[in-house]
Parts: sequence; structure tokens; C-alpha cells
Amino acid sequence: MKKSMIAIAAFGLASMTIAQKVPDPVPAGEVFAREAIGHALAPPTPEAGHTAPSSANAPPEDGQWTMPSKNYASTRYSALDEIRPANVRQLVPAFTFSLSVNKGQEAAPIIADNTLFVVTAYPNYVYALDLTREGAPLKWKFMPKPQPASQGIACCDVVNRGGSVSHGKYIFNTLDGQTIALDVATGKPVWRTRLGNINLGETMTMAPLVADGKVYVGNSGGELGVRGWICALDENTGKLLWRAYNTGPDADVLIGPDFKPYYASDRGTDLGVKSWPPDAWKIGGGNVWGWITYDAELGTIYHGTGNPGPWNAEQRPGDNKWTTGIFSRDPDSGKARWFYQFSPHDEHDYDGINEQILLDMPFQGAMRKVLVRPERNGYVYVIDRRTGQVLSADPFGPVNSSSGVDLSTGRLQVNTEKETHLDHVVRNICPTASGSKDWNPSSFSPRTELLYIPHENMCMDWLNMQVSYIAGTPYVGAEVHMKPGPGGNRGELTAWDPVRRKPAWSVKENFPLWSGTVVTGGDVVFYGTMDGWFKALDARTGQLLWKFKVDSGIISQPVSYRGPDGHQYIAVLSGVGGWSGAVVSGPVDPRDGSAALGMTSAMSDLPRYTTAGGTLYVFSLPH
Amino acid sequence: MSSRCRIELFCAGFVMLAACGARTTQAPPASTNPAQGVIGSALAPGLDHPLITIDPRAAAYYDNADAVMTGKRLYAQYNCSGCHSNGGGGMAPALMDDSWIYGGRLEQIHQTLVEGRPNGMPAWGGKISDPQLWQISAYVRSMSLPATLDAQQGLTPSQLPAPVPRQVDEDAGWTPVPGTSNDYTSLTPGPA
Repeated sequence: MKKSMIAIAAFGLASMTIAQKVPDPVPAGEVFAREAIGHALAPPTPEAGHTAPSSANAPPEDGQWTMPSKNYASTRYSALDEIRPANVRQLVPAFTFSLSVNKGQEAAPIIADNTLFVVTAYPNYVYALDLTREGAPLKWKFMPKPQPASQGIACCDVVNRGGSVSHGKYIFNTLDGQTIALDVATGKPVWRTRLGNINLGETMTMAPLVADGKVYVGNSGGELGVRGWICALDENTGKLLWRAYNTGPDADVLIGPDFKPYYASDRGTDLGVKSWPPDAWKIGGGNVWGWITYDAELGTIYHGTGNPGPWNAEQRPGDNKWTTGIFSRDPDSGKARWFYQFSPHDEHDYDGINEQILLDMPFQGAMRKVLVRPERNGYVYVIDRRTGQVLSADPFGPVNSSSGVDLSTGRLQVNTEKETHLDHVVRNICPTASGSKDWNPSSFSPRTELLYIPHENMCMDWLNMQVSYIAGTPYVGAEVHMKPGPGGNRGELTAWDPVRRKPAWSVKENFPLWSGTVVTGGDVVFYGTMDGWFKALDARTGQLLWKFKVDSGIISQPVSYRGPDGHQYIAVLSGVGGWSGAVVSGPVDPRDGSAALGMTSAMSDLPRYTTAGGTLYVFSLPH
Repeated sequence: MSSRCRIELFCAGFVMLAACGARTTQAPPASTNPAQGVIGSALAPGLDHPLITIDPRAAAYYDNADAVMTGKRLYAQYNCSGCHSNGGGGMAPALMDDSWIYGGRLEQIHQTLVEGRPNGMPAWGGKISDPQLWQISAYVRSMSLPATLDAQQGLTPSQLPAPVPRQVDEDAGWTPVPGTSNDYTSLTPGPA
């Protein structure tokens, strides 16, 4: 017995050193050059006008931050300019606040009427802090008590991407599928609406969009065969106004005579049924767990749709509509206006749920109303938001799973060498399943006319496996091992020029960037890293101006606001986790590279750099 | 584990037993009542040592190579791998480490499979046949065995599961013997 004990101890040490090695980066020669696969309908015409959101979608600065995207245009731009490259080195913490939850914190702090609101990861505590008093003491705390079992069906940590303040209510979702509106003064619920069923694997992690008297929310569950939907609720009562599914018959998808997709491949009857094997659409994903955007100018909402299920694409031949695409819908009826599919018959988990930034941009010598999408499949798309026509699509990270977008048909040109197969490992697919970029949002400055994209540089090996659907359990059917992309840096911040279709500058990061960015009128960009640095860069040059080490890695959405004292503040949540950080915040063993849907392979060294946490940090200049 | 204790276990054959070692002289007060079920707590009121049990239904799945291999197949078929991966976890806890929330003995794992657990583990009792649940339990119990960890070839753990020796569950198991932990996180080195 003693002998075997010694063997156990010896093996424990050996396995630690073997398994915690991050795989070698994919060689640079295995991906396509940006110039080779990027396409546009016309050459750039930057002289034709200034790129900026319209005033309807980005009202003048009020010093607040009432929704995660800052404004309808989703620029995440704060015009406040007290903090500038010349003085940002003096930034110091003004106060901090423990969130009492050591899971991945992905939310944006919300600031309205001199109160700061924040919602945590499960169990989704909501705190309101009084910014008018010294140390920003707690005004109230609300505990929604979501069903504990919901933790077991959340694919990628038990995160929450934030709430919004509108008309005296703080509105947010819970992991177990509720949308709740709290009275901002008291923290008491004004209404609670249950929308998701955890026994079907449904969770809610996204940030509701509140606009036009409605609350728009969607479900998560693309890894559990959950059929995706988006709902609109009455902002005052929480009553369901409409629900549109993203798979199935036209009647369910709210496709009618007004539906005018730009490309022929999206025209036809009941494509949400016909582009699937029989009944597969019922368990086909297409969830709305990312960003919904309201266009006040055109009276439209836009939302992406998640990956089709299961990941094993050989079990679902067809284009799998309406997954991995973007819808334009009538806010009042939910009726679809147009749709574009980024990744038809997705074989690599390239959810289409990222943020869309609404801009007026010069194109072909004239100003166009566009939305800009840095997409998970690796391309920055510029899309005419009236019609759904793709004007340009250029890679912003390493790509070899496709070789560009055919702008005459709109179709992604899939690289057959990187298609996935049963019982056969396909190696070095770029980007990885979490994409060139995941959910964490970019920011856009009308001053620099640049988009600040926080993203990843990772690739993967992929093996398809046969999987059966069992309600409430994962429906994946793939074994994935992720690895660093060319160069070995797993993350990057790219300042992208959407007009000239190329980076202005970029900064490499060791770990994938899983935080959003915020850019200010002082021309400073802020973001956080998974190893716990909060950084400030010069928005024009990318030069690192300031950094501060916080208690845990950062995967949240930094914001900027004006305090009651008239000074500018920068707020961010620490708390590593999420899909990429589950190896720290979750119950994951780094010796299994396939753990956490293959992310662990690429992130097994993160526990050496950071630990779980969860704290609000607020910074300002000394005053 | 002393050999004397092993003989006692072999001869006894009744439903539940006290922990082995020098303390076995103390009679287990109410543990012979099968209605009590599987003991899941390390705290036994009135005793100075934890109680352990060996469910007689588990006996056939110890030292049984077929059980762990069949369990491995079922583990994939019933989507256990979707949450627990190849033992490394993800949506659900890792199973290949030495950390157990609800107990890591074969009968405790079986109980977890049957009843489910409040933080997201589904209840599989009545949905998967009981012999299959025992086979899955045996595979899960095998994942953290040194012999299984040692047999790993390539990137994917738990592919060559070792049979579960009965004696690994005859230890109370609540406190790792000093120097025997394979808890790598306790030795996590910093950045190179």
C-alpha cells in the first residue's frame, strides 16, 4: 500500500508538468493573407465624408452610461475628455466594491442619476451604489434567487452581460431564464417575467436591449440543442409582445410579405425547415445570446443568431437557416425585414451574435447607412443596414476555414480542407470555435474614426463525434483542442479602419482578449486582460500609457462616466471566467485539453497568472 | 488499510460497515439499517471517526474491467461527456481530480447519478437502467485512479480506464494521506 501511495504522489507531479503545456502556435504559412481574401464592392473613398453615428443613434454626451452599448449606435464612446494621454498616468482607484461572486463577470457597470448599478454572474445579485456619498456606499442589493440547477446547463460559465436603466427601472436577465425590472430607487421588482425553461436547457446570459418602450431579450443554449428565439416585452409591464424563433416555419420566424433578404439564397418558403434534416430545426440552436441593436433612425432592430446544433455539422446537412446570421426586424411586430447568413451550414461553432455598430460611412463616393460587425468567423463585415447587402468583408485575424466572402452571392467561401469530419481530426483550423472574436464588444471613436476590436488569435483541432439529443443535456458532438494562432499571442487589440479596410495599429496580448473596450473623447482606449491588467492606450497610436493590476482577470465591459463632482471616472469589473476563463473560475482540470469545449487546451496556463475574483474598480485622476 | 480489516470486510458481508483501522472495535450504531442509504457525510455524531459504507450492489463493479469499459461507452452515449468532458469538466465539475462535492466512492457516485444534484446534475434514476448507472459510476470512479491517469496516451485522458480496486473505497477517504494528493493546483507555479 505504501508503495502505491508513493507512486500516486510521483505521478501527480509528473502529470502536472506534462499537461499544462500550451500547444505550439499554428505556423503563419497555414493561414491566408488579409489582402488575398478580403473583398469590397468598391475601392475606399474616405474623402467622401466623416464616419460617425447619427445623432438619433448616438445622442450628445450626458455623462451617464445607461445601457451596456452606451447608445443605440453601440459605439461605446464616451465624449468625456478630462482623462487624456497627457495625464492618464496619474489614474488611481477612487473606490472598489466586492461583488461576492467569484465567477466570470462580463457585465458593464451602468450609471444613471448618480447611481451605479451592476449585475453579477450567477446568482445574479444586483447592487446599486450611491455615487453622491463618499466611498459610494450600497443603496440596495437584490437577490433574484435563480434556480441553482441552471448552473448545470450554462455552456460557458454562469455569466451575465449586464442590465440597462430606462424610465426608473433597472432591467436584467437571470441565468434561469427570467427578465426582471427593478425600481431603481428601492431595488424592488416592478415586474418579473419567466421566458426560459431550464429543463429544455434554456438559459439567459445576454444583456436586454431597452428601446422604444420595449425590452428585447433572447435565449442561450446553442450547446444544448435549444431552439433560439428573441422576445419583445412591454417595458412597463413585462408582458410578452412577440416572440420570433430563428429556426422552423416562417410563421414561427415571423417571416411574411415584408421579408426582403438581399441575397437569393435567403429567399423561399419555410427555409428554416427545408434547410435542415426532418425535425432537426426543433433542436437546432440559433440563439440570441449576444447583442440586439435598435436603430432609432430607421426604426429597426438588428440581432444576430447563434451556432446551429449540434456542433457536428454532418448530423445536419443543409444551410441550417436562420442560424449564424443577422436579422433586421420591425420592432413593433417582430416581422423580419432582411437576413444575412455569415456562416451557412456552420461547421466550426461560429455563432453570429457579436455587436453591430451603426454608422454613417463613406462608401463608393457617397455616405451610406451601415452596420459594422467584427464577426466570429474572422471578418469585419460592413453591411448596408437598409438592405442587408454586404459592402465589404475583410479578415481582422488569421483565417483559413474560409477564403473570403463572395460579394455577388454573399456566400462565405468555405475551405474544404478545414471542413470537419466524423472520426477524423482536422488540424489547425483558424479561427477557433470561439472565433476571431467572441461576444466582448468593440468601441468606435468618431474622433479617430477607428473601431477598437478586442479579439483572439487562436486556432483549433476538431473531431466530429456522433451525438444523441437528450433534452437538458449538451448536444455538441465534437471534441476540440484549441491552440494559439500564428505568433503565439492568444489575444490582440486591433484599431480597425472600416473605410480603408485595414488596421491602423494593433497590440498583441498573451491571453485572448475577453473584455470589451471603451474609447473616450480624450482619445484613450481602455480594456482589461485575462491576467488582470487594466490598460489605457493612446487611441491614435496604440501606445501603452497606463496599466493597473487588479485582483483577478478582466472579461467585462469597461465604461466611462461623469461623477456628481463633475470629474470623469472609468469603471470596470474584474472576475475572470467565461468560456475562456473557466479553467480558473470553473471546476475544470487543465490536464484534459478537451475540457470546457476545447478551450482548456489553449488556456491551461491561466491558473498560473490569476485566480477567481469579482470586484468593481472605479478609477479617476487625483482631485 | 490493514489486512485484518480487509478480512473483516470480506467476512462480514452486511450492508454497511464502519471505517477500517484501529477504530473498528467501535460498533456502528445505526448504520446497519439499509433505509439510511448511502452515508455522505464525514461527520458521524457520537463517533470519533467517519462511517463508510459499501453498498452490496456495488460489489460486482469493483475489479471489473468490463464495467469501466462499458461505462466509458455509456458515458459518451448519455452525453455525460458534454458537461464533464473526458474527466476535465467544463459546464460541470472535473471528475479526474481528487475533489468531490458529493463523495467520490462508487456508491456515492451512483447515488449522484440516480438522484441528481441541486446545482445542475440531472437525475438519471429510472431513465438509465441501474446496471448501466453502476457501469458509468465505475468509469467515473476510475478516472482519478493513478492507474488510469498513468495510462493516458496523447492529449485525451480517461481513454484507458483501469478497473476500480475495491480497497480504494474501503478507505474513509475524507482526508488524503499526507503526500498522496494529486491536487496539482496546490503546487501551481507562477509564469515562467
